[in-house]
Amino acid sequence: MEIKFTEENLKKLEEAKSHYPTNDAALMSALWLAQYQFGWLSTDVMKYVGNLLNIPYEHVLGVAEFYTMYNKKPVGKHHLQVCTNVSCMLCGGYDVVDYISNKLDIGIGETTPDGKFTLIEAECLGSCGTAPMMQINDYYEENLTKDKIDAILDKLSKS
Amino acid sequence: MSDFQPIILKNITDLQNIEVYMKNGGYSSFKKALKLTPEAIIEEVKKSGLRGRGGACFPTGMKWSFMPQKTDKPKYLCANGDESEPASFKDREIFEKNPHQFIEGTLIACKAMGIKTAYVYIRGEYYPWIVMLQKAIDDAYAKGLIGKNILGSDFSTEIYIHRGAGAYICGEETALLNSIEGKRGMPRFKPPFPANFGLWGCPTTINNIETLANIPPIIENGGEWFSKIGEPKHAGSLLYGLSGHINKPGIYELPSGTLLTDLIYKYGGGVKDNKAIKMIIPGGSSMPPLTADEIEGLKMDNEHLKSVNSYIGTGGIVVMNEDTDVVKVIKRITKFYYHESCGQCTPCREGCGWMLRILDRIDKGMGRNEDIELLRDVANNIEGNTICAFGDAAAWPVKWAIKKFMPDFEKKVKESVELPIANKVHSLRLTVQE
Repeated sequence: MEIKFTEENLKKLEEAKSHYPTNDAALMSALWLAQYQFGWLSTDVMKYVGNLLNIPYEHVLGVAEFYTMYNKKPVGKHHLQVCTNVSCMLCGGYDVVDYISNKLDIGIGETTPDGKFTLIEAECLGSCGTAPMMQINDYYEENLTKDKIDAILDKLSKS
Repeated sequence: MSDFQPIILKNITDLQNIEVYMKNGGYSSFKKALKLTPEAIIEEVKKSGLRGRGGACFPTGMKWSFMPQKTDKPKYLCANGDESEPASFKDREIFEKNPHQFIEGTLIACKAMGIKTAYVYIRGEYYPWIVMLQKAIDDAYAKGLIGKNILGSDFSTEIYIHRGAGAYICGEETALLNSIEGKRGMPRFKPPFPANFGLWGCPTTINNIETLANIPPIIENGGEWFSKIGEPKHAGSLLYGLSGHINKPGIYELPSGTLLTDLIYKYGGGVKDNKAIKMIIPGGSSMPPLTADEIEGLKMDNEHLKSVNSYIGTGGIVVMNEDTDVVKVIKRITKFYYHESCGQCTPCREGCGWMLRILDRIDKGMGRNEDIELLRDVANNIEGNTICAFGDAAAWPVKWAIKKFMPDFEKKVKESVELPIANKVHSLRLTVQE
């Protein structure tokens, strides 16, 4: 597969560049666009982004590695990120992890064989008042209960 | 329930809508500020006694006055919405319910300091809230409130959102600067301070989202009015966040100095299942925890919390009931700091992992007699020995939990020391994930 931004993404990148006095500063935006288009940041993707912005690959790699939300390996279609930090932990965050882990038969950091779900344990997602919660790709599911998790996973597995 | 009228999270439906906001007097403070001199705006903010809401409680007016008024370089404002401190979830409430008041505060700040570009740094996880704020910014652009020659004046400013990508440390102001510059979010040495050498080496001011949202009412009603709300030394309202074992968790905007017991029992509906309290974190996970004995009559503002050796931080309160395992909680908090340490300073990078390994073995019944002393020693050697305050944030919960909850630690160590060797073998291989 040829690695190339879509016209739309190239336009978005140009816009991001216009926000800053240097090209370097648009790197985080570029990596976000890349992750949305390609799913994860492979070496080739990072090299492509580096070339576009005239930044050495090593720097791109350093930035991509530093931030946890950039996926450095492929993830499932639905990235289940369950918060287990203090407020969620007190409200049963670990039970949520265990429940999903058993239900989907995958461990933390693993992806289901059909590539639909990846489960990870996340650090505080700023949703402490609605604990326990998880982030699925870009949105939050809060005040989780077993029934609610069942319904969510059921819906997602059909999509 | 309370006579207090919220200043930020006002009880008005659809306030996030620009029309509703303007109908309720929105952007009038900014129009007023456009006619004021920068000195007059800063003087008003100084008079208000407003302190930064990001945790350090630095007087905002003073911070603004550090910005050079005459300089050839461009100047920048960064609004800090990284909000990654566990137990803090207040800024998202502002993005969701009253984004325009924050935007208006940002515009006034730009006017006061002669700034032409403002970046709003928001944590990457807050994507839905980034969309909400972007919508509000777009609406304000459409009304000619942001951009070139705003409302026909000679004042121009742009506001951009910079999305983070998951790094707690980017809430530290100099790490945030590096992140906006497209680098790894590693804190910088201070001095030079950002007011002189910030983004791309230019004068920069960094303010918390909540701090900026407090600016419009100050300009509208005057600094003196604001200084009379709550405690004189920490004026204004605070967005207290209640979470943990509490019946009604959430964000409550109340005057500073509200009694902690009122927050828990009057507003928060009390502890779940009517249990007793074991431990309270008063302002986000890095603040020294409190015991149940300390909360009676305790006012929630920075000055009063100092009397129990803690701080207000971001106002994120975690309530833990009598059944809570203190060692487990502190271990979880330490795991967070171990995960989030940027790795720049040795005491923090190595120390957080070391503390985690010790806490892990105490928790798993493998503790040794000397472990508590060792833990305290490691924490003391991290505190104050790093570039940024992250080291202190990681050391404080451990250090103060040992001091205040010693029996809990001793009990676990004693149990594991007395555990027969045969029972220990199975857990000899310590596993610390990640």
